[in-house]
Amino acid sequence: MSDVQTYDQHGEAGFGDYVLLLKPRVMSLVVFTALVGLLVAPVHMNPVLAVASVLFIALGGGASGALNMWWDADIDIRMRRTRNRPVPSGKVEAREALAIGLALSLISVAMLSLVANLVAGALLAFTIFFYAVVYSMLLKRTTPQNIVIGGAAGAFPPMIGWACATGDVSLQSMLMFALIFMWTPPHFWSLALFMKDDYSNAGVPMLTVTHGRKSTRRHIMAYTVLLAPVSLAAGFTSIGGPVYLASAVVLNAIFLMGAWSIWHRDEAVAEADGYAVEKRVFKFSLLYLFLHFVALLAEAVLHAAGLGGW
Amino acid sequence: MPLAEEHEIHKRRLGRNLGIGLSLMAFVLIVFAVTVVKVAEAPQPGHVAAQFLGAKQ
Repeated sequence: MSDVQTYDQHGEAGFGDYVLLLKPRVMSLVVFTALVGLLVAPVHMNPVLAVASVLFIALGGGASGALNMWWDADIDIRMRRTRNRPVPSGKVEAREALAIGLALSLISVAMLSLVANLVAGALLAFTIFFYAVVYSMLLKRTTPQNIVIGGAAGAFPPMIGWACATGDVSLQSMLMFALIFMWTPPHFWSLALFMKDDYSNAGVPMLTVTHGRKSTRRHIMAYTVLLAPVSLAAGFTSIGGPVYLASAVVLNAIFLMGAWSIWHRDEAVAEADGYAVEKRVFKFSLLYLFLHFVALLAEAVLHAAGLGGW
Repeated sequence: MPLAEEHEIHKRRLGRNLGIGLSLMAFVLIVFAVTVVKVAEAPQPGHVAAQFLGAKQ
């Protein structure tokens, strides 16, 4: 046996493992929504500064992902969906994830403050704090409302993007925040309905575990109803317009129909068809959010060409 | 097995080092580009002085 074979591969991470530590799929959502927030703002930003700002917002989002993986390694290993993450799978050590998370948090907040402005930097710092401390450490294991309040962390990026360009928080950026905030509960509860054993195995008090599946179905319906006016309200502000409003009406109608189906489904029927409706609504919810921001972007492009808006 | 033999762990380490190296280079390039833009956008000292003198006259 050679000496090279005596290496313990535990903790010997490849670059890809570091990338996974930053939750690239969440980062892609952060990049997209922050970019839209920045582009729909009424103040023009130099393209180099805009690209750098979005990159540092994404890096901050990644940092909070690494901190979350450091803190949640003990429950991630118990869930099918998360057990292959870099820390529970042993590819990255927990303290390494903590060091990377803290370092990237400092770099991203400092750089965004310098590249854009202090308001954007402060909002990014608060977002990282909210996700890593408020959601991961305080809420996730203690309350079934974890998703509802914790959803705020994912809702900040468009507000930060807007702040990069304007240096301010406004009604428009608050509505973009509210759109993601209200969308998060029905999105995650749809997932929780068909990943049913995961959360209970890990002892995470998801609504499905604490209040039962029937109550979760009712909650999905209620939050989807509350989401619709938020989505439509953005259409009547300066970032909205006919294209956005028409898209929002159609998207909300489909989402509401899906939520209605989930609400009226019997658990036995859902189990029999492999949670087909729940899976479909979960997938559609991703499209719902994506198309809302695409519509906002379309309005901004049309507006620049003298066509969009009211 | 000879010591020089390439083990999977060496490839992984090389990939990691390359990835981190490229990320650091990208960071330096971003800081450089941002600096160039910030300096170009900053008001020129001469203009500030001229404005100040103009306001006094």
